[in-house]
Amino acid sequence: MSDLVVEARNLAKVFGRGANQVEALRDISLRVAPGEFVSLIGPSGCGKSTLLRLIGDLTAPTSGSLTVNGKPARQARIDRDYGIVFQKSTLLDWRTVTKNVELPLEIMHIDQRSDRAAEMLDLVQLGDFGGHYPWQLSGGMQQRVAIARALAFRPSLLLMDEPFGALDEMTRELMQQELLRIWHETETTVVFVTHSIPEAVLLSDHVVVMSPRPGKISDIIETGLPHPRDEDTRESQQYYDKITEVREALRQERPA
Amino acid sequence: MSLDQFEGGEGAGSQAGHPMVIDAVEGDVPAATIAPAPLGHRLRRAGPAVLAFVLVIAAWEGLTRAFRVETFILPRPSLIIERFLATSDVIWSAGLNTFIEAAVGLVAGTTLGVIVAFATVRWVPVREGLMPFAVAANSVPIIAMAPIANGMFSLTSPVPKMVVAAVVVFFPVMINTARGLLEVDPDELELMRSYAASQREIMRRVRIPHSLPYFFSAMKVVAVLSIIAAIVAEYFGGSQDVLGQYILTKASLFVYADAWAGILVASLMGVALYGLVLVTERLVMPWHVSFRSAEAS
Ligand SMILES: Nc1ncnc2c1ncn2[C@@H]1O[C@H](COP(=O)(O)OP(=O)(O)O)[C@@H](O)[C@H]1O
Ligand SMILES: [Mg+2]
Repeated sequence: MSDLVVEARNLAKVFGRGANQVEALRDISLRVAPGEFVSLIGPSGCGKSTLLRLIGDLTAPTSGSLTVNGKPARQARIDRDYGIVFQKSTLLDWRTVTKNVELPLEIMHIDQRSDRAAEMLDLVQLGDFGGHYPWQLSGGMQQRVAIARALAFRPSLLLMDEPFGALDEMTRELMQQELLRIWHETETTVVFVTHSIPEAVLLSDHVVVMSPRPGKISDIIETGLPHPRDEDTRESQQYYDKITEVREALRQERPA
Repeated sequence: MSLDQFEGGEGAGSQAGHPMVIDAVEGDVPAATIAPAPLGHRLRRAGPAVLAFVLVIAAWEGLTRAFRVETFILPRPSLIIERFLATSDVIWSAGLNTFIEAAVGLVAGTTLGVIVAFATVRWVPVREGLMPFAVAANSVPIIAMAPIANGMFSLTSPVPKMVVAAVVVFFPVMINTARGLLEVDPDELELMRSYAASQREIMRRVRIPHSLPYFFSAMKVVAVLSIIAAIVAEYFGGSQDVLGQYILTKASLFVYADAWAGILVASLMGVALYGLVLVTERLVMPWHVSFRSAEAS
């Protein structure tokens, strides 16, 4: 009985059949410990989203074994063990910011919804925007609402699929800082998909480097950067060294 | 894990310097107000339309007088109003009967349309078997069946007119509502799946709210269509105390100003039904109205 949050062994995923068959993932083995921040990085199409969706039981593996919090992924989903954030904020247009954050609480019949929503909006620094509609917020603010919503029911695991991919560089850096702070405050385990090398290095304990056709894990790099990570971290030598290390790991996997 | 232990734990965060900057950086987005535009503002926006309406009526009056246009071609507005007032007993009685036919057809067609739309979500065979047929039927001028419907019931019965109105209303409501229920963002469905939400929850919290704008845009069309359908069905015979027959009789007797007064009643009823839909829409979807007013400003 392990106490890992995510444990994947020899996981494979094949989409379609016959001539249209796509081998998205092959022989994926991954372990994520409680409280860890793990990034999945790799070129587009290498199966990062597919791996994240497997962990969330949003799609089923073709073979291999996968447990989340020691349970089959499906049971973990039914137990509401994880919250998810997509590249698009996916907020419901017809609900105010507060009501969007309350959505999972309503579905899960969790009480004291407005207190919880207010607490979550404070956590993402949007305490004054509860009454606004999503279209009244900027992209960065919408994404923070999506994070508040994903954490509202206090899942032990946060899955994020390129959550800052659509944001401009300035906003993106501020959001990374916000996410690190939230991660510290909530002690949530995070699996974070990105194709930005600096982002992966800054945020993570471990960077999982993936390569395409078929998608597999080519390297796992421990960043070892001290916490808390801030502006100084971005300017440190160790940060640059790790970025170089990840970049080289990615380059090695590029087919000649 | 628990968040409680962090309440009041602000001191631990060394990143506290940045968050407020985000709003400054992103401050280009105007925080539009959610309250509807003030009345004066809205009246001013309606100004050009009211002015255009008054000008058209005035030009109509002026030109028909100046060129002595014959009443059978186009009676002047003042004469139509005069006949409208003089015959108000008869035309409002006819109007009420027509309105009842249209309203019953509207309610019945809408109810059936919504029920079938829900069935297309619930049962795949209904969706795949019925939708193509419904889309095809929607592009056919259903109103052409009016004389046949009359033959199915006793001649003086209002039922065939209600049936024609209901059939005309059914297809747009059913197709639009089904599209609103079905064409939900796949990411939203995935989000609901991550919450392990039941189909009932997904219907209630995602599909139905998403379908409301589709439903109301259909309602705005069919509210007026139901009155057109009832009047056209009346042209093919039945009770005399209805608008269709009134307009038909007056026109065949060359009393055109009276026929136009009947048309005026039909128009007023159409506007009233349309307005009812608009008011309901605003009550049911305040978020959507505010969305549009912000875009317009
Ligand atoms: N639902 C699907 N059906 C068929 N192929 C898919 C599906 N989802 C992903 N794929 C394929 O699997 C591969 C990996 O996709 P994805 O996980 O989205 O990559 P990434 O997120 O790393 O860009 C791609 O070749 C993609 O075309
Ligand atoms: Mg992806």
